[in-house]
Amino acid sequence: MENKPLLEVKNAGIQFGGLKAVQNLNIVLNQGELVGLIGPNGAGKTTSFNLLTGVYVPTEGDILFEGKRINGLAPYKVTRKGISRTFQNIRLFNELSVLDNVKVAYHSLATHSILSSVLRLPSHFKGELEMEEKSIEFLKIFSLDKYKDELAKNLPYGQQRRLEIARALAAGPKLLLLDEPAAGMNPQETKDLMDLIGFIREKFDLTILLIEHDMNLVMGVCERIYVLDHGQLLAEGSPEEIRNNPKVIEAYLGEEVHDDNA
Amino acid sequence: MKKSKQFWPFVVGALLIYIVVQVLITNGMLNQFYSNTLIFIAINIILAVSLHLVIGITGQFSIGHAGFLAVGAYISAIITMKLDLPFIVAIIVGGLVAAVAGLIVGIPSLRLKGDYLAIATLGFAEIIRIVFLNIDYVGGAAGMQVSKLTTWTYAFVCLFITILVIVNFTNSRHGIAAISVRENEIASDAMGINTTYYKVVAFAIGSFFAGVAGALFSHNFYIIQPGQFGFLKSFDILIFVVLGGLGSLSGAVLSAILLTVVSTYLQGYPETRMIIYSLVLIIVMLYRPKGLMGTMEITDYFKLWRTPKGGGQNGK
Repeated sequence: MENKPLLEVKNAGIQFGGLKAVQNLNIVLNQGELVGLIGPNGAGKTTSFNLLTGVYVPTEGDILFEGKRINGLAPYKVTRKGISRTFQNIRLFNELSVLDNVKVAYHSLATHSILSSVLRLPSHFKGELEMEEKSIEFLKIFSLDKYKDELAKNLPYGQQRRLEIARALAAGPKLLLLDEPAAGMNPQETKDLMDLIGFIREKFDLTILLIEHDMNLVMGVCERIYVLDHGQLLAEGSPEEIRNNPKVIEAYLGEEVHDDNA
Repeated sequence: MKKSKQFWPFVVGALLIYIVVQVLITNGMLNQFYSNTLIFIAINIILAVSLHLVIGITGQFSIGHAGFLAVGAYISAIITMKLDLPFIVAIIVGGLVAAVAGLIVGIPSLRLKGDYLAIATLGFAEIIRIVFLNIDYVGGAAGMQVSKLTTWTYAFVCLFITILVIVNFTNSRHGIAAISVRENEIASDAMGINTTYYKVVAFAIGSFFAGVAGALFSHNFYIIQPGQFGFLKSFDILIFVVLGGLGSLSGAVLSAILLTVVSTYLQGYPETRMIIYSLVLIIVMLYRPKGLMGTMEITDYFKLWRTPKGGGQNGK
């Protein structure tokens, strides 16, 4: 059981018409790892996330979560299996309160039926109360509980990012996919966020896959890193290995000027 | 929880309104015209609130509500006039058949979004109308005679149940899930919400109550004809919801009352009726572009009055 990976992506790829957006993607995540996924713009990072979460159905290859195939499942089913995500461009429920945003994610863990709610049966009140308490717990972890009745759209940008993570967490994931969680944050906010991610990882026993452009951040916290370029896996390894990998340097900085005199 | 505190005042208030009106009717202080107008208002509120669940809460732009109204109207009329069953059975069966029609239409068409869904639902409503137009069993174009069975009591009880069910649905986890579909379907899906399920459920509940309204409607006018359920009727209902403010139940109720009163009053001036009616719509949309209530509920205003400091919270 121990050496069985939590997530295993085998040669997965997707083609839009003639364009191979992602191909031969091979990713293995073990329980409890924090892994980075980096690459230049347009490399296929977010597309890979969409493959993992069921937004796109891979046209080739397989995705195994806890040993079971999940490609082809609808996104909400993937989420219920234990993969939850945030979005690169924030997708909060703007006209809902901060608390209700989290409640939506907790929804699939609650059990009271439509009928019980319509008839106001005791199970409705019990379920709603539990939902509210649990959601406030998640908000407290992210210090968002003071904003709980505020509409999500009225939160400052940094807090909206945090709310997205809180919401993803409330869905009860085993694997958390974070799509550029620190985008647009200043260095201090980024550092706080990383501390927080470390904290929730311990507390909820999470495995985390992180897309990020901030190299300091990725190199600082990730144990392993996958590098994508042009829809293909370019390299894989520890931050140290990635930093010194000539192919990665080339992809990011362009080809090195060769000194012929050397 | 704060939301359940509003429940009992609502029940008591509703009971008071019912008793007062009923007493006025039995004393003869409200004549036939006024009691008919009240019944008509109740029917329109049921229609507005049931469409509010589909458009305002779940965000599915359906403009074929008159189709479900027609299903309820004809099915209930068949039950009372042809099968001689009691009115209450007709109301329930009318609602159920309309809900089934909602499922049949909703399951395929709710995959569509925005304009496409609007066109599909509009087309469906026209199909229903034309089907009834061509069935001789229900009188075809000449229409079907229906005895007047709708009373203030029937109308009010149906209205009360409609609002109760839809408010309770909205204030539960299911309502929040439906709103999340409206707000951001992709995110909603990613959070584990079965978006199709909630769209179809909202559509079916909305259709059920449109069917109930249809039963009340057909037993209020002595005759029903397919022409009464054309797309103009669908737009009338849509206007209640949009004018009230998308997402606001009390807005839908208010605008249904307002517009029913305006259009009833204007029946005395047939030449200028549509002009004045349109002017009312234009003026409201100019001064309240988000509808009478925006996305707020009447109860939100009570809260603002009670806590003077909280006034700024709902601003931009």
